[in-house]
Amino acid sequence: MTNVGIVIVSHSPKVAEGAADMVRQMVGDSVPLAWTGGNPDGGLGTDVAGILRAIERAWSDAGVAILVDLGGAESNSEMAIEMLDAARRDKVVVCEAPVVEGAVMAATEASGGATLEAVQRTAEELSPT
Amino acid sequence: MDTDMQRRLIEAVAGAVIERADELTALDQAIGDGDHGLNMRRGFEAVLAQIDGLAGAPLPDALRTVGTTMVMKVGGASGPLYGTLFLTLGKELPAAPTRDDIVRAFGAAIAAVKKIGRSEVGQKTMLDVLAPAHDELALGGDGPCGRVGQRAAAAAEATVPMKAIKGRASFLGERSIGHMDPGARSSALMIAAICQVLEGTT
Repeated sequence: MTNVGIVIVSHSPKVAEGAADMVRQMVGDSVPLAWTGGNPDGGLGTDVAGILRAIERAWSDAGVAILVDLGGAESNSEMAIEMLDAARRDKVVVCEAPVVEGAVMAATEASGGATLEAVQRTAEELSPT
Repeated sequence: MDTDMQRRLIEAVAGAVIERADELTALDQAIGDGDHGLNMRRGFEAVLAQIDGLAGAPLPDALRTVGTTMVMKVGGASGPLYGTLFLTLGKELPAAPTRDDIVRAFGAAIAAVKKIGRSEVGQKTMLDVLAPAHDELALGGDGPCGRVGQRAAAAAEATVPMKAIKGRASFLGERSIGHMDPGARSSALMIAAICQVLEGTT
């Protein structure tokens, strides 16, 4: 796949899966997409190992944009990026954007073949400044 | 560091947090998402499950394993934060550290926590305990810990009137005032546990 991949990380598996459903409805199978949610025990939270697996599932040589909900989702995603191989680390970014709207906008941008930088910028335009 | 001392330090730090998990959760329910105690307990139980290997490993390796375990098992923002603290200590400390080594490594670990948390002292976080404890350690004083334990406990209390700027508590704005920060409390508990072991009071 040459389009940028999208990973959705929420404290809630239901939110992550629901946001992924909305992305699929918008872009179909044109964008690699994965979601993860919940802590290592399955409760609300996020899991670095789960995020690493999601990055693997959504991998694209064009890069992967991660959309997150609250604090721990962001810091655990950054931790997961640090644990990637050096060759992949620079191709994964965390977007500072609302998770649902950001994921849909990022995926729409990605489905047109945009670069990782453009995908991230489009998602982050949704953030209040 | 000898195996017995290393075992006692790890068990004391893990035990102090696990014992007070309910208190940490209650603090987090007041101003956060109420998972700090549960998350930290999950992390430190995973640490204790490896205690024999950790006790026998060189100190830097043991600290890095504790850090990785916290990162992988905690499941909340405190995982990367405490994970980074231990990983950096493991990276910076030699196998048999002097006090100066500890002061320098602790400083580097605090800088790494600031970086991953994008936070500074004064924002009602664990840094408001770690930074003054580091200052106190650098001052020296009597015994292995000087007044570090007391300073950390007082610094945790001093987060009560602060307004949260970072993390979930910052969503509450002014309403975060009047509650102790749970991360500050867990940091103070760990520091107290280390000091008690080093000073032979447990």
